[in-house]
Amino acid sequence: MSLPKLKERIREAAGRRTPLRLRGGGTKDFYGNEPRGELLDTSSHAGIVSYEPTELVLTARCGTPLYEVESVLQTNHQMLAFEPPHFGAGATFGGCIAAGLSGPRRASAGALRDFVLGARLVDGRGRELAFGGQVMKNVAGYDLARLVAGSLGTLALIAEASVKVLPIPAAEVTMEREVTHEEALETMNRWAGQPLPVSATAWHSGVLRVRLSGAAAAVRVARERIGGAEVHGAGAFWSGIREHADAFFAGDEPLWRLALPPNCPPLDLPGRMMIEWNGALRWLKGSADPREAARHAGGHATLFRAARKAGGTFAPLDPVLLRLHRELKAAFDPGGVLNPGRMYEEL
Amino acid sequence: MGAALPVVKALRGFLPERAVLHDEEDTRPYECDGLTAYRQLPMVVALPETEEQVRQVLQTCAALRVPVVPRGAGTGLSGGALPSGEGVLLSMAKFMRVLGVDPRSRVAVVQPGVRNAAISDAAAPFGLYYAPDPSSQIACTIGGNVAENSGGVHCLKYGLTVHNVMRVRGFTMAGEPITLGSAAPDAPGYDLLALAIGSEGMLAVVTEVTVKLLPRPQWAQVIMASFDDVEKAGQAVAEVIAAGIIPAGLEMMDRPAIHAVEQFVGAGYDLEAAAILLCEADGTPEEVEEEIGRVKSVLERSGATRMSVSRDEAERLRFWSGRKAAFPAVGRISPDYYCMDGTIPRKRLGEVLRFIGALEKKYGLRCPNVFHAGDGNLHPLILFDASRPEELQRTEQFAAEVLEKCVEVGGTITGEHGVGVEKIDQMCVQFRPDELELFMAVKRAFDPQGLLNPGKAVPTLARCAEFGRMRVHGGALPHPELPRF
Repeated sequence: MSLPKLKERIREAAGRRTPLRLRGGGTKDFYGNEPRGELLDTSSHAGIVSYEPTELVLTARCGTPLYEVESVLQTNHQMLAFEPPHFGAGATFGGCIAAGLSGPRRASAGALRDFVLGARLVDGRGRELAFGGQVMKNVAGYDLARLVAGSLGTLALIAEASVKVLPIPAAEVTMEREVTHEEALETMNRWAGQPLPVSATAWHSGVLRVRLSGAAAAVRVARERIGGAEVHGAGAFWSGIREHADAFFAGDEPLWRLALPPNCPPLDLPGRMMIEWNGALRWLKGSADPREAARHAGGHATLFRAARKAGGTFAPLDPVLLRLHRELKAAFDPGGVLNPGRMYEEL
Repeated sequence: MGAALPVVKALRGFLPERAVLHDEEDTRPYECDGLTAYRQLPMVVALPETEEQVRQVLQTCAALRVPVVPRGAGTGLSGGALPSGEGVLLSMAKFMRVLGVDPRSRVAVVQPGVRNAAISDAAAPFGLYYAPDPSSQIACTIGGNVAENSGGVHCLKYGLTVHNVMRVRGFTMAGEPITLGSAAPDAPGYDLLALAIGSEGMLAVVTEVTVKLLPRPQWAQVIMASFDDVEKAGQAVAEVIAAGIIPAGLEMMDRPAIHAVEQFVGAGYDLEAAAILLCEADGTPEEVEEEIGRVKSVLERSGATRMSVSRDEAERLRFWSGRKAAFPAVGRISPDYYCMDGTIPRKRLGEVLRFIGALEKKYGLRCPNVFHAGDGNLHPLILFDASRPEELQRTEQFAAEVLEKCVEVGGTITGEHGVGVEKIDQMCVQFRPDELELFMAVKRAFDPQGLLNPGKAVPTLARCAEFGRMRVHGGALPHPELPRF
């Protein structure tokens, strides 16, 4: 569907007050609350609009396959530094921005929203709006391009987005060692406070793996300093973590995502735990509800994957924030037609 | 004091007498921020010391329907803290405490009136620092940095304020407490933290900021390279990036700027050069050595006519001293100067500099250029003399043409200084009415009465229509779709 047709379709749905379910490749249908409404397939509004490696900026339409974006970048020795998960072969660039998820490199490179420079949107009235741009520094107007990143299509259709890209590090090595849960947290946080080129950390089943990326000399020196055994073929390991293909993620129990202060001590919760992002991201595979424990520790829990999501996917908002969310939703989508309920029932 | 009386009385209900100012001699220091061309005495100045007092100031003003303008150190360059003559100037200057540095989590919790550089000072004993370093960092406060999404010379590699702040606490105009972001890497719901950062004090008043701290790089070196042509220097920047290098800093100055600063600080700059580049590498000593070697060979291939690499910390600081003193140096060669802040795609640099050169002739004003080359942020400095009739007006027209050119080549009217009152008309050039309307709707979500820092950053459509009438190019109004009043 072309952009004029997508706009027309949203205008028409707004007129009828008929909810629309925005969908690119459908690889993240599992994420958030149950999608509902008439399907609006965004996958055919596709293509890389512009990419100049020396400007470190890529602009692509929402339906562009994520693998296409990544392979074009790779040809030029560049990458999406937030290392987004695909969760399936059909993942699209727009879906990636709307989901707002980042992968293993997030703790060192930054989150997806940190790399969003601009977006062309279609709001709930079918109006085409552009915010931000293709430059690194831009403080003209409120930062609505970053606001829509991770909003799960509930504010606007992200028709096109511009992201900052970065060079692929010249050298990379992954080391591993056996440590306990407590030792893993202590070690990750200690490394993070030192000038080491750590680009990813992961611990589960008693094994801590750390990826070092950067200039060859920096990686060589850091490898000596942190020690452990080199992991060969580590690319597959990190993509398994990113894509939830690692054996840790197998099984039917619910998968919880806990975002926490990085030095938060081990939470006493039944189930299996994986630690990433220097301790700031913990995956819990188990049937216990960790929401209260996560909140108490200064973070929040998301019911990432589950057969049933009673009580919603995301941690509840306090009344003032919920009101602000509702007002913002009404500003972008007064008819409430874009992905209603996908993030919170009230939106 | 007329209209001020009920406001003063209400504020003195919970603030000590010395924290509520309304005599002209007391309010005069607050009449402008770093953009001194715009001045306005506030009706009342309030200086609360506690979060509860801030809440009460806001609640009181909301009830009385009195506008509130928040202010940090007043170093902003776009008039974002310009007072309202009928309103309260809310100074956050007394919120000066570093509440805590947690080296284990690598965060600092600070009050908004803490100076940017003071955060790094507090973190230094732990080998940590706060990365964004706007040039005013010894004076500007973190609260102001949050309002403006301030950058600095190292932001290509380390990001802006939005990349380095994890959480803010504060109040809406109605006095409702809000916490945006968290001590965790993200927070549930929409990214209101990203929305609040850079919102120019129009959505909420911040009373506490949690910032991310980074390990201090062990070593840094800077290469200073001369070029006989500005466009060659611009191309060299592209070549550095193309080689897969993200330098810690990458700055450019043109010949007039070089001459101004060399007279002022004697940094050892090459007076023969048409442009110089400063390129910094940081990290471990091994990493720096490798990167400096690679940058050197790229710059050689790109036609650098002279190159020197800093040998020690003193020399590194000397190389930077000229760039960092660019504004005061220009202030010495001209009675007044006007600093612009457009950002452009780097590949259009040559075109934009030629355009500026033509405007120098058109308006009869000189304009040296300093440039955050790595991220495309231009600071052309128009030299003028405000005591000469109409020279400020010519300067503003010159600046407006440059900003509109930045938009035309795919850039923006402001990279880091903010819109404030200064660039509000150019917002009409960068954004369409539907987009401005959504900005206003976002503002209403936080502040339905429109009392918090009103009249800044987002122009009304009526104002754009009026502005359009003033600037008719080739008989075509910029916004033919707008109703005319």
